[in-house]
Amino acid sequence: MTVVTEPDVRAYEPVIGIEIHVQLRTRTKMFCGCALSFGDDPNTHVCPVCLGHPGTLPVTNAEAVHFALMIAMAFDCEIAPRSIFHRKNYFYPDLPKGYQISQYDIPLGSHGHLGDVRIHRVHMEEDAAKLIHSGGSGRIHGAETSVVDFNRGGTPLVEIVTEPDLSSAAQAAEFGRLLQATLRRMGVSDVNMEEGSLRMDANVSIRPVGTATLGTKTELKNMNSFRFLERGIDAEIERQRGILQGGGEVEQETLHYDPQSGSLTTLRSKEEAHDYRYFPEPDLVPVAPTDEMLTRARDALPELPAARAERLERDLELPAETARLLAFRSEWGDFVEQAVQSRNGVAQNVANWVTNELAARLGDRELGSTRLEPAAFAELVGLVVDKKISASAGREVLDVLIEDGGDPAAVVEAKGLGRAESGELESIVDRAIADNPDAVEKIRAGKPQAIGAIVGAVMRETKGRADGGEVQRMINERIGA
Amino acid sequence: MSDELLTLTAAAQAARIEAGELSAAEVFEYWRGRAAADELGSYLWVADGVPEDAGSLPPVAVKDLFCVRGVPSTAASRILEGYRPPYTATSVRNLEEAGARVLGKTNQDEFAMGSSNENSGYGPVQNPWDRTRVPGGSSGGSAAAVAAGTAPWAIGTDTGGSIRQPASLCGIVGMKPTYGAVSRYGMIAFASSLDQCGPLTRDVTDAAILLRHLQGKDPCDSTSLGIPGELPLPTAERLDGVRFGVWGMEEEGLQPGVADAVNATLARIEELGGTVEPIELPTAKHGIAAYYVIAPAEASANLARYDGVRFGPRTGDGDLTSLYEQTRHDGFGDEVKRRIMIGTYALSSGYYEAYYGTAQKIRTKIAQDFALAFEKVDFVVSPTSATVAFELGERTADPLAMYLADYYTVPMPLAGIPAISIPCGLSEGLPVGFQIAGPAFSEAGILDAAHALEKSIGFEGVPVA
Repeated sequence: MTVVTEPDVRAYEPVIGIEIHVQLRTRTKMFCGCALSFGDDPNTHVCPVCLGHPGTLPVTNAEAVHFALMIAMAFDCEIAPRSIFHRKNYFYPDLPKGYQISQYDIPLGSHGHLGDVRIHRVHMEEDAAKLIHSGGSGRIHGAETSVVDFNRGGTPLVEIVTEPDLSSAAQAAEFGRLLQATLRRMGVSDVNMEEGSLRMDANVSIRPVGTATLGTKTELKNMNSFRFLERGIDAEIERQRGILQGGGEVEQETLHYDPQSGSLTTLRSKEEAHDYRYFPEPDLVPVAPTDEMLTRARDALPELPAARAERLERDLELPAETARLLAFRSEWGDFVEQAVQSRNGVAQNVANWVTNELAARLGDRELGSTRLEPAAFAELVGLVVDKKISASAGREVLDVLIEDGGDPAAVVEAKGLGRAESGELESIVDRAIADNPDAVEKIRAGKPQAIGAIVGAVMRETKGRADGGEVQRMINERIGA
Repeated sequence: MSDELLTLTAAAQAARIEAGELSAAEVFEYWRGRAAADELGSYLWVADGVPEDAGSLPPVAVKDLFCVRGVPSTAASRILEGYRPPYTATSVRNLEEAGARVLGKTNQDEFAMGSSNENSGYGPVQNPWDRTRVPGGSSGGSAAAVAAGTAPWAIGTDTGGSIRQPASLCGIVGMKPTYGAVSRYGMIAFASSLDQCGPLTRDVTDAAILLRHLQGKDPCDSTSLGIPGELPLPTAERLDGVRFGVWGMEEEGLQPGVADAVNATLARIEELGGTVEPIELPTAKHGIAAYYVIAPAEASANLARYDGVRFGPRTGDGDLTSLYEQTRHDGFGDEVKRRIMIGTYALSSGYYEAYYGTAQKIRTKIAQDFALAFEKVDFVVSPTSATVAFELGERTADPLAMYLADYYTVPMPLAGIPAISIPCGLSEGLPVGFQIAGPAFSEAGILDAAHALEKSIGFEGVPVA
C-alpha cells in the first residue's frame, strides 16, 4: 500500500520585525571621553576606559542620552522615568570588558510607532570594536591572525526594535527608508549603511494565511543596504516556504545573507545561543530624565518626514508621491519650500521641476554643491508658467543656473532665449507657410500631421523660443484649416 | 634618621614636617628603608627612591589593587603580572595632591578575594603579632605594614570586611566609609556595588585625616558622592547621651576572649556616659549567604576582561578558545576561579531569580534592619571578627570556615553604611577589634565615638623596632 502525502498547497504570509542599530553622532564615546571616528588609523581613539583596563569605570555620555531621548520621542515612545543599564556578558576579542553595557528590562523608550509600524523598544548601548581576520575564511575560527581596532569600541548606539508588523520584504525596506530619513532629519546619526552607522537585522517567520499564531522565526543579520535587506528577506521567506511545503520545520537560528551568491548561511543555531547572564550594571546610576532634559529633547526635534509629507501634500496640494519624495530627501524639501516662499502660486510646478528636471540633472550630486538658489529657481519656473520662455528654454537656463548661479531673467536675456515677440513670430510663421507649400496642401487634404514640417521650420528659426502650441494655432488660423 | 619616627602617628609626623623640624624627603626615605626591609611579605613593590617632590605628608602604603601610573599594579594576581597602568586611581591622586606620596604597593588576597591574605598570587603575609598567623584579608599587607611599623599609614579596600577584619587581626584602626564616599575609579574591581576604599592607620585621628583627603565626588565614578559637609578631626573624649546598640554577642563561633574584650569596651562606653542596649538585626545572619552570591556574580563579570588580549600575560596555542582558557587557567588562583564559577552559575538563565534575585532581597532587608536599628540607637557595635588571628593554613582547606571570618563585617557593605574597627584589647596575646557602624555618611560621628573609646582604651600596638 502506498501512502500519498498531500502536497502542502496552503498560502503563507510573512511576518517580519526589524532590529536597527544606529550609531549616534555624538562628539565622544558612550562611556568615555574618546572622540568618535571613522576611517582613522587603528587604535588612535582609545583610552583606559574603552580598552577595559583594570579599575576603569564608565560614565554615561549626556549627549547620547539627549539623542536617544529625541529618537524615543520621534517615535512617540513612552519614556521610562528611570531606565537602567545592564551588563550583557560574553567573551569575544572585540568586547574589551567581556561584557557590553546595554539596556535590558527597562529600556529608555517603549510602545512607540513610526508610521503604521509599532516600535517595541528604544534602548542605549555601546558598540563593539572592529575585528579584522586574515587568512582562512575571514571568520575568527581558522584565521591565521586577527587584529582588533578599538576606535569603534564604545561608540554610542541606539537599538530600535519593531513589533512584527511588516508583511513583506518591500514593506521592510520601505520602513527602513522612512526610519533612515527620519533619523537623518534629526541629525542624530550619519545613518550610513555601508559605513555601518545604520545596521539592520530582520526577524522573519511565515504562517498560513488567516492563522494568528506566529511561526518559528529566524534572524537575518546585518544587511548593509536596503536592496540587500529586501533580497535577503525574500530569500529567507522562500527558504522557509520551501521547508514547510516539504513537510519540514523551520529551526530557530541566526543567518547571514550573502548578497553576492544570494545564499543564506547559519551563523548560530538555537543550541548555540548565548546565555548573556544580564544583571544590573553596578558602575552606573539609573538614567532618570529630568523635565529639563525632556523639554530640551522635545525642542530639538525638527518636523519629521512623515509629518512633512502630509503637510506638503495638504498645504502645497502636491501629489502624495511627490510630497513623500521631498519629505524623505529633506534638502529637496527645504529647497522647494524656500522657492515657493519667494513666489506664490507655482508650488506644484516648482515641485515637478525639482523632482523631474532638477533630479535628472543632479543624479548623485548634492543639491548643496550647486550654485542654484531657491528664489532663482522659483523665478525660472515662473517664466515658463507665464509662457515668457518655452519649456526647452527653461531647461537651458536651468543648466546655467546649476553651474554658474545667477538671475534667470539675465540668463534669458544674455542667451536670447526670450519668447519671440508676436510681430516677429507672425512674420516667421508666414514665411514658413510660404516655404512649405507641400505641407499646406497635405493639411488641406486632411492630413493634419503634416503641420509638423511647418512648426519645425518655425522652431528652427526661433531657436526654440516659440511656444509649440501657439505656433500650431497660428498656422492653422492662417491656412484656414 | 632615628627610630623616633616609629613612635609618632602620621599626624604627628605631618606636624613635624609642617613645622620644618623634619623634611618630607627624610621622612619618605626613612619609611622607604623600613618598607624595603619588611620581612612579613607585606609589600609587592616598594618605591626605589625619594620622589623629586616628597610632598608634605608622610608617604602612604597602597594596596596593590589601586592603579598607579607606571607602577606595578596587579591586585596580587598572576594574571596581571608586569602590568603597569597608564593612569592613577582617583583616591591615590587625591592623596598625592594632599601631599602623600606612594611608598609601596601592599600584598593582598588576589583581587581582594579572601580573609587571610593566603590567596595572594605572590605568597602570604605574616601577622606581626605572631608570624605563624594570618594578618587577615584581603588588605592583609596594608594592615601588617601599619602594625609592624613598615608604613606610617595605608589604604585598602573593603568589600565584605577587607579593611576592618585585617585591621582587627593586626591591632590597628581600619575604616570602611559609606558606599560612594570615595571614588572607585582606578580600584581594580572585585564587586562593584560593595567595593569601597578606606584608611588603615595607627589611630583614629590618622584615619580621619586620610579619609578627609580620600573622599570626594569624582566625575570618573558616577556612583561617587563624597561625604557631604566638612569632616572635622575627631576630638570627643566623652560619649554622653550617645546610644549604642550591641549585636552578635550570642553567636556560637564567638571566641570567649574576644567576647570579654568587647564586653569590657561596652563597659567603657557606659563609663564615658553612653548607653548600651542589645539590638536586633534579624536578617544579618543571612548576610554571608547573600554576600557570597552578589559579590561573585559581580566579580564574574568584572574579571572577564582578563583575557590575555590587551594586557597581562598571554598563554595558549594561538587558537582563540585556548588563548582564553589557558591564560585564565594559568593566571587566576583557585579562590578566584571558585568565585567566578559561583557567580557565573548564580547569574545563569533559570537560576538568576533563585540566587541573585533572592540575594538582592536579603540585601534590601539588611538595609531595612539597620534603618530600624538607627531609629533606636546612634551606632550599632559588635566584635569585628569572631576570632583573633588564626594560624596560617588553618582554614585554607575549608572555604566555608574562611567565609565565616567576615560574619560581622559583611552586613555593612551590603547596606552601604560606614563602619570602623578599632583595637580594644588582647586575647591570647592577640589583638581584638571593636566595630562601630553608623548610618550612611555618619563618618564624623563614628570617628568621634571611636576617638573617645580609643583614648579610654589606650591600646598599645605590637612592640616593633
